[in-house]
Amino acid sequence: MEDKNILELERRFQEKIDNDIKIEPNDWMPDDYRQTLIRQISQHAHSEIVGMLPEGNWITRAPNLRRKAVLLAKVQDEAGHGLYLYSAAETLGADREETIDDLHSGKAKYSSIFNYPTLSWADMGAIGWLVDGAAIMNQVPLCRCSYGPYARAMVRVCKEESFHQRQGFEIIAHLAQGTPAQKEMAQDALNRFWWPALMMFGPNDAESKHTVQSMNWKIKRSTNDELRQLFVDVTVPQAEMIGLTIPDKDLKLNKETGHYETGEINWAEFWEVVKGNGPCNKERVDARRKAKEDGMWVREAALAFAEKRKNK
Amino acid sequence: MSKKEWPLWEVFIRSKQGLNHKHVGSLRAADSTMAIENARDVYTRRSEGISIWVIESNNVFANDSSESDALFEPADSKIYRHPTFYDVPDGISHM
Repeated sequence: MEDKNILELERRFQEKIDNDIKIEPNDWMPDDYRQTLIRQISQHAHSEIVGMLPEGNWITRAPNLRRKAVLLAKVQDEAGHGLYLYSAAETLGADREETIDDLHSGKAKYSSIFNYPTLSWADMGAIGWLVDGAAIMNQVPLCRCSYGPYARAMVRVCKEESFHQRQGFEIIAHLAQGTPAQKEMAQDALNRFWWPALMMFGPNDAESKHTVQSMNWKIKRSTNDELRQLFVDVTVPQAEMIGLTIPDKDLKLNKETGHYETGEINWAEFWEVVKGNGPCNKERVDARRKAKEDGMWVREAALAFAEKRKNK
Repeated sequence: MSKKEWPLWEVFIRSKQGLNHKHVGSLRAADSTMAIENARDVYTRRSEGISIWVIESNNVFANDSSESDALFEPADSKIYRHPTFYDVPDGISHM
């Protein structure tokens, strides 16, 4: 009887998904669906929060006040996006504190791209242009994700993020059209961020263990390789326009398909970074832990103050 | 016997699947169950909703409207938060 009920619930659940009806927090959902979403949404949240660090690194060294104000606004948006996402995860029953502790213990992952260092100001351009560009490719289809609170958070994120890519492109385009030294900086940033940006879409479809189930559940609406291809096709002409060279000697346009074909991605490097051995993994997690510890007294003081006000 | 009034409830309706609940108004009810039933009768007589949330009005906290200008002023000067602030050169698409 019990099993039959579950089967019926699952059938109705899948029927909703197939009809593009959103799943909401109070609706019945299979436990795997819930767990998959908690994992994905919290990883996404962590990526927003950890993603503040490589850019935060340059706020005090921005070349002028305009650039500084813009970079601050962008990093502030990322904090906000992290908060929308943690809240979306909480609608599934995830505990905020535990979720954050999982990041700090290394149990939870975040986007590998943030484990690369930001060595020059041009990296702020490369990140906005490439990293945010890739993130937008990933996030736009998520606005149609089957889980209501996640989809709605993504609509808000995508709307706010539209300036992020533009500000990055503006930085890199300016440098690319500047002095030879500035152009070299821009090219160097592109050289270092191009391949990690392609890796942001995750393993090839054949290697991606979650893709099939996530597509069936409409948590994911396009495959890793489809999105990566879209990104390459859009970005290569942009690089050409500003006179920079994509660091891939095998890159060519297939005239028949209309798509660019890239060289082989270094997946060994990707997995090393995922496993925690990237250039900045330790630094990033240490920074988050330190932020939590250093902020402890503020959180305690706020609670004590609220208590005092209540008893007045 | 002292007269006890039913509490006031704020009503939020999801008009279509996939959308946020939106505040539509308030009503009086003895408890949350009655509030939902009353909300159905008061606010969805023409199929305006597919989901109802109610919350007791005294659980809603609002900013001081006389200080709204100061509260929202910080965003006024930050036009660079909008994509239109940035020049995208001719010939660049998908941005």
